[in-house]
Amino acid sequence: MTLSRLAPYLQAGPLTAILFAFLVLPIATIVMVSFWDYDSIQIFPAFVFTNYEETITSPVTWNTYINTLKYTVIVWAITLLVGFWVAYYLAFHIRSATTQMVLFLVCTIPFLTSNIIRMISWIPFLGRNGLLNQSMMSMGLIDTPLEFLLFSDFAVVLAMVHLYTLFMVTPIFNTLMRIDRSLIEAARDAGANAWQILINVIIPLAKPGIAIGSIFVVTLVMGDFITVRFMSGGQSASVGLMMANQIALLQYPAAAANAVILLIIVLLLVGGILRIVNIRKEL
Amino acid sequence: MTTKITELKGSTKGVSRRSLLKGAAGAAGLAAGAGVVTGFPTIWAQNPITLRQFGTGVSNLNAIAEKCKADLGITLQMTALDSDAVSQRVVTQANSFDIADIEYWICKKVFPAGTLQPMDVKKIKYYDDIVPIFTTGKLTPDSKIAQGTAPNTVGFVEGPDSKKFAAAPTQWMTLIPTIYNADTLGIRPDLVGRPIKNWKDILDPAFKGKTSILNIPSIGIMDAAMICESAGIIKYGDKGNMTKAEIDTTIDFLIKTKKAGQFRAFWKTFDESVNLMASGEVVIQSMWSPAVAAVRSKGIPCVYQPLEEGYRAWGGGLGIAKHLKGAQLDAAYEYINWYLSGWVGAYLNRQGYYSAVLSTAEKNMTPDEWAFWMLGQPAKTDILSPEGKVMYTAGAVRDGGSFKERMGAVACWNSVMDEDRYMVRRWNEFIAA
Repeated sequence: MTLSRLAPYLQAGPLTAILFAFLVLPIATIVMVSFWDYDSIQIFPAFVFTNYEETITSPVTWNTYINTLKYTVIVWAITLLVGFWVAYYLAFHIRSATTQMVLFLVCTIPFLTSNIIRMISWIPFLGRNGLLNQSMMSMGLIDTPLEFLLFSDFAVVLAMVHLYTLFMVTPIFNTLMRIDRSLIEAARDAGANAWQILINVIIPLAKPGIAIGSIFVVTLVMGDFITVRFMSGGQSASVGLMMANQIALLQYPAAAANAVILLIIVLLLVGGILRIVNIRKEL
Repeated sequence: MTTKITELKGSTKGVSRRSLLKGAAGAAGLAAGAGVVTGFPTIWAQNPITLRQFGTGVSNLNAIAEKCKADLGITLQMTALDSDAVSQRVVTQANSFDIADIEYWICKKVFPAGTLQPMDVKKIKYYDDIVPIFTTGKLTPDSKIAQGTAPNTVGFVEGPDSKKFAAAPTQWMTLIPTIYNADTLGIRPDLVGRPIKNWKDILDPAFKGKTSILNIPSIGIMDAAMICESAGIIKYGDKGNMTKAEIDTTIDFLIKTKKAGQFRAFWKTFDESVNLMASGEVVIQSMWSPAVAAVRSKGIPCVYQPLEEGYRAWGGGLGIAKHLKGAQLDAAYEYINWYLSGWVGAYLNRQGYYSAVLSTAEKNMTPDEWAFWMLGQPAKTDILSPEGKVMYTAGAVRDGGSFKERMGAVACWNSVMDEDRYMVRRWNEFIAA
């Protein structure tokens, strides 16, 4: 009797302990430190709002957040389009389950290398004297190297799309596979064309997958700093990069305040996505 | 200076590290054998002493630890950190180190915290032979002291327990200088297509989208100041300690230049600067001397261009932790005296840096090496790095010439400003603009 009552708690115990130790405690520490004071070499326990004040009132912060959001929106839109396309093809145009699995695994092959390597390999490809420019010039397509290819917003978005599209493909593919094929047949029998089926049947049913993929992509792009730094050649800022700079200068409280603000914004975005799509209902 | 070290280490891993270890092991064996014969002081061998040294690491070299162990029997535990981490540890974890290898501008920040003890110059055997830049501040009696945190301004305190920097040399030295150099712009002579003479040449419209400066605020701002002053944008009271208005003018100008598309990228690590230069993405940029050597070692022409306005210099030194006393303190002094006695000096000079006591280093270098590195004369034979790799072939001349020409033309030293925090904020604005 008592054991059966205790059992659920015991089962939930390990995960609770892990989440408490590795999620709740660190975040609580960050929140605490964000109210501390600091000078050029030390941080002191205190309860001041200057870190938040300096962060929120600085135009740099706003520009950086706008820039990061810009990347997020662009990357989200492109990965959604590409991801849905790939998932749709895999789910509806490939008949055999084996081929489906094989092709899906092919999608994950790039992930066998680290994402830094995948990103950095773009640099010699896109550079002024890189492969792309050289081949286009030798084909006579362009006279002078295209400069915007590297160390630009274009390069940042390109690398992010490359890195994050799979995070969109996987959940969408998963939901598309669960769609009952008889629904599509019913729609066709009722006279719907392919476009109408896509809009009225498939997309609504794929929403949970789209939402989960969107959450992945949005959180990844919002928190990114290394892609922005390398692909923009240090010319663009992102929120993550701003924090990395502050940490390098030992301004931990300022970085913590920034992290708290970023966390709130990302949670709001995720909350927004969840308001639009009820993931649990569909899973 | 900060990330240079770790990055350098990362990039030279592999072959050179292996050969370095081999060489060091050989040297250790040799020296150990010699020790038995000549009877080195064996006191530390009987009573093993370990000194924990950390620092920004240009001089945090394994070869030095090995040689020190062989010569003195003192075990050196070296930790390389970036300069921000070093500053923090010196102040907040005073018992976590015995010897701090720090830069002079860091010294200005951390010495007043009272975790380092000044050294008695009477116990420093080669004190009188230390290059006068570090004592009087003047390389020759009639040279002018450069702007910024010049080493002599933070090199001494007033007494054994004092934390106040002395205006003139006293008996109590804060840091024993180890390594220093003069930095300037690196160029691709094959791609710039014109002589480069001034810092302002980086602003030439011909190099639009082909320039870079480093994105480490405390050093980048100094390069920016050299450029602004050269271009006649502003005349600084002291580049190393700008007023808020001077910082504003400098950053506003940088933002304008950035928006006009003059810069290709901003680099933060050693290898980024090497790649930018080697790939031809940039043709003129801020650089550190080992990075120039790295580009050249790929067979790509690269020059560490001397400029009319002079160099931006940096220097580091060894400080002793406050908690050291007794045998450990004696060992620390012995280590420092050994450091200045020539072997390390020659090692550093061969990397293109400069050592604090030149007379002893000279005895450990071949006349040809000395003439090449220190006198600016053409090499008679191939010049090798300490690891035995060919750095320059016979006939080559060092960029910038002799020690006197280079260190005599220092315009400013790396520094920490009173308006540091404001500067960093504005610098971030520049990067985000």
